[in-house]
Amino acid sequence: MARKNAKAPHPQVAVGLEAGPFHERIAALNSQYGWMDWMGFASPSVLDNVEFEYFAIRNQSTLFDISPMCKYAIEGADAEAVVNRLVTRDIRKLKPGRVAYVIWCDEDGNVIDDGTVFRLAEDRFRLCCQEPQLAWLEDVAWGFDATIRDVSREMAALALQGPTSAALLRALAVKEMEQLKPFDFAAVRIGRKVVELSRTGFTGDLGYELWMKPQDAVAVWDDLVGAGGQQGLRVIGYQAVEMARIEAGFLLPKTDFLSSRTALRTDRPSTPFELGLERMIAFDKPHFNGRRALLRLAGSTPRRRLVQMEVGKDKPAANALVYHRKKKEVGMVTSALWSPTCKQNIAYAWLDAPYGETESGDLWVEIYLQKEIRWQRRMERCRIAEKPFFVHQRRSATPPGDY
Amino acid sequence: MELPKFGLQVIPYESGATFDSKDGYFAYFSDHDALRRELMRHSPKDADNYEQYARSVMRQCKFIKPLLMRTAPDPVRLRPRDVSELAYILKRFHGLGPREMAETIRFWTMSIAEYLDQYFETSIIKAHLAGSGIIGTGLGPYSPGTAYVLLHHYMGEVDGAIGAWGFARGGMGSISKALARSFEASGGEIRTDSGVDRFAIRNGKVRGIVLENGDEYEARTVVSGMDVRRTFIDHTDERELPSDFLKAVRRYRFRGSSGKLNIALDGMPTFSGAPKDARFLKGDLHFLDDMEEIERAYDDWKAGRWSVSPYVDFLIPTQIDPTMAPPGKHYATVFVQYAPYELAEGQWDDANREAFAETVISKIARHSPDFRKLIVHKEVRSPLDIERETGLTEGNIFQGELTFDQLLFNRPVPGYAQYRSPVRGLYMCGSSTHPGGGVMGAPGANAAREILADLGHKFDLGAAA
Repeated sequence: MARKNAKAPHPQVAVGLEAGPFHERIAALNSQYGWMDWMGFASPSVLDNVEFEYFAIRNQSTLFDISPMCKYAIEGADAEAVVNRLVTRDIRKLKPGRVAYVIWCDEDGNVIDDGTVFRLAEDRFRLCCQEPQLAWLEDVAWGFDATIRDVSREMAALALQGPTSAALLRALAVKEMEQLKPFDFAAVRIGRKVVELSRTGFTGDLGYELWMKPQDAVAVWDDLVGAGGQQGLRVIGYQAVEMARIEAGFLLPKTDFLSSRTALRTDRPSTPFELGLERMIAFDKPHFNGRRALLRLAGSTPRRRLVQMEVGKDKPAANALVYHRKKKEVGMVTSALWSPTCKQNIAYAWLDAPYGETESGDLWVEIYLQKEIRWQRRMERCRIAEKPFFVHQRRSATPPGDY
Repeated sequence: MELPKFGLQVIPYESGATFDSKDGYFAYFSDHDALRRELMRHSPKDADNYEQYARSVMRQCKFIKPLLMRTAPDPVRLRPRDVSELAYILKRFHGLGPREMAETIRFWTMSIAEYLDQYFETSIIKAHLAGSGIIGTGLGPYSPGTAYVLLHHYMGEVDGAIGAWGFARGGMGSISKALARSFEASGGEIRTDSGVDRFAIRNGKVRGIVLENGDEYEARTVVSGMDVRRTFIDHTDERELPSDFLKAVRRYRFRGSSGKLNIALDGMPTFSGAPKDARFLKGDLHFLDDMEEIERAYDDWKAGRWSVSPYVDFLIPTQIDPTMAPPGKHYATVFVQYAPYELAEGQWDDANREAFAETVISKIARHSPDFRKLIVHKEVRSPLDIERETGLTEGNIFQGELTFDQLLFNRPVPGYAQYRSPVRGLYMCGSSTHPGGGVMGAPGANAAREILADLGHKFDLGAAA
């Protein structure tokens, strides 16, 4: 029987990694051919040398493609109520043109994800996060006068981070940048393209993020790279970003904690108290997801806690177990780094209660070192650190300096 | 058993697809990014919810999987080992936490259609996934209990073990061949070409077997891989068995529901709904609009007819394993559901077999314009043919329905779920026993452990895996 419907079949979706909006430019610079999978996009792990890329974050300025992030538009008369029900902070205090770092929980008080909320207008928000959330957001918005839209592929984004990043924008005559305080954002012009510029980042230093239409991506990239020579602008891969984010005290989902929406084992998710994020909970606002469980948890000691630690000597304590008095296993390291800027050996670790609470002395990490094939085991003393290891005052100085 | 050493080669499963009647399709990929893109193409919400669905199935698999490789406890006898096994199951159940405990009960009792409705909005996605809930059973997608059947099919994928779901190079027979070679290498001897006439029993003890050709073998331990009905109704003297046991065996349900077509093809057929060079054509193909269509197919079966629009699991394995056909030629294996064991009108004769095949071929030909003219030869198997040819009662591919009433300590019958029978020395090791059918070898491994224990060999629980 001949078919009348002669519509061509939909092409098969790509198998493996996909090229993002800046791919052509990044691929040309990727002399290491180092790629990793970020939400199905080919994201550079290292382009030529991870040390150069890291030092560019701390001393010059850097470009990193953050387009694969998940982005959701939450719009409508009840948009504020929806976001306020979603996150633990009081979003009513967030003014248009401002960004907030937020976390959100399930009804057991376990963290689903963290991210940033942009308030574009009274009734328009944008949520940026690591993991897909559409189904959860629609569940949260059920019954409200608000629409949720996945706009991940409608926006390309770049992180421009480093001490000379403001100088670079100044060179491109981006005047609005002068007034931009941390967590502010504004529409600006880069060359002939309109870009949303936010003073946000993950490095603990001066830095910006630029949000644009995918079709403008290459033009904006070329303008930034063209103007960036004087400021030592360098395109970087994820490995360098990872070093900076550990120094700056930012947690990474799937590494430092697991989303309660994706954890397979029911004891793996964690609460804001366990993550040390209790300051992010506004109990004085109306009902939000997890409020009742969090109120109950507020009165008890967390069963474990994610802490920042300073480790002895200079070998990173990656994948290490933590011991009390070198004997009793009390926790494990999730992220570790020898910080070239702080000259400190740093780590994040989960410690089971009461360690990290009332018991914080005599803690050791067991580090395995490979020296030319042969493994060595080393017990190294560690102590809990209270603050992020690297936050520079120029991060918040307004107007930003030239450096 | 070192099966790879004895010739088993497994090609991992990569993808498959369902075509709808408007030449649209949904393709499933084992590549996570590709699957997400494909789900997004149909519904961003479904793409998101797929992760939740996969996690839920994975959690249930993790809960149930350890139970498969253990002998089910007998809740009536309550010997110490039964008590500790029951406690083990309860502890695992409790370990799921309150939310998952509720989810588990729902999962074990729900229909696959209702279960999928919780997660997905796109008809073709649900239709594609629902197949695993009904394959091999006399149930429809809206029948309670089919969510568990899905689990049974997914078990091979637990922990993302690569190759757990795959194609045996040379066809499924190569698994049997590798098993046989492994057995012989351990000193075993295999006799074929004659069926079993009866188990020789004296004073409640097995003494050996008598073959149809008259040969007799003496043995104090006899293990039957036949299903429970053939073993005890067809080949055991009923006077040697308790009446209530026989009654329980008689009421054990088989209900064959599927037929099979093996089709030799002159070349690779094309599919009007598939883009050029689609990789998913190498996998399992289905032709469905929605779950309703499967339910309607089930309605036909209940009335004693084969489905007018059957559920088809279509595969051309010669694309990934060219050893199965001459160069340039292909071979299609077509699993067809539903087909009844007994027809309401007429018999499974050549005319009806041909009409059944025509129903299936015309369904495939609606999606593949050149399929019909590429057919060189075909074999058609009704459930009755499957019974005659393979000895699977009523043609049920699992040696009995995988419904909750026939699982765990009720499989095959209450009181005899630990591979022993009322006849001392006569054991069961087929898919009629816990945990049921599939190509996983679990009933055999569990049975072997019990037999060795009876013979005085110490064996760790679970170590036989």
